[in-house]
Amino acid sequence: MNVYDIIFYLFAAITILSAFFVVTTRNIVYSAYYLLFTFFGVAGIYVLLGADFIAMVQLIVYVGGILILLLFGVMLTNRITSVEIRSGSIHVVPATIGVALFAGILLASMWNTEWKSVDTAAPAATTQNLGFLLIHQYTLVFELLGILLLIALIGAASMARK
Amino acid sequence: MIQVGLNHFLVVSTALFALGILGIVTRKNAVMVLMGIELILNSANINFIAFAKFGNFGFQGQAMALFVIILAAAEAAIALAIVLNIYKTFSTVNVDEIDTLKD
Repeated sequence: MNVYDIIFYLFAAITILSAFFVVTTRNIVYSAYYLLFTFFGVAGIYVLLGADFIAMVQLIVYVGGILILLLFGVMLTNRITSVEIRSGSIHVVPATIGVALFAGILLASMWNTEWKSVDTAAPAATTQNLGFLLIHQYTLVFELLGILLLIALIGAASMARK
Repeated sequence: MIQVGLNHFLVVSTALFALGILGIVTRKNAVMVLMGIELILNSANINFIAFAKFGNFGFQGQAMALFVIILAAAEAAIALAIVLNIYKTFSTVNVDEIDTLKD
């Protein structure tokens, strides 16, 4: 067991445990904070997979953007009298059974498939190659995503103002 | 102990996906449903990057993961605007109490 494996198990444990608490904690604000740890763990897993630029984007966009948006969503949609913002769950037992069965099917099909697995060394500069890909092969997608983000910005602002 | 390989990352992403679906199905609050969706998008991203590394696909998988993150940002903004409008109309964001499309 080398250092890579230990770090992987550490990040995997952080990710899965905090995701479990996100789903099960009754207080929504606590759920949002557990989601922070999930995003950090996933960013660590990206680094282990040799995707350092994606990991930084994950931290900036998810932790700095989406999580704050979700927290604002929590605070604007509850009459806040204290820190205790509770929300219940419904159909917990049948949903857990169904999800467990589904995850079992996924894991079984995963173990029974011979994935092509080439162990490649992580390239030194992912940012440069990614940028090259974005302005060569995926130029149209890149431009469309820019337009989509602009439309989403205008749409969200005008919808929330009504 | 086995060397950490592709299957380990796939197990993590499966767990995240299952927990995300559990959150979407069981939680009442609409913001919690959004958090479940974010978990699922993250698990898809782990799969993209893991297959890009171990399947030797170069940077295609990482580019896809970048697009998924951008779409997730747009989706969160729009969804929260919709949730705010729902709160103004119904004074609640519990998805089991909102059962009319039009009044």
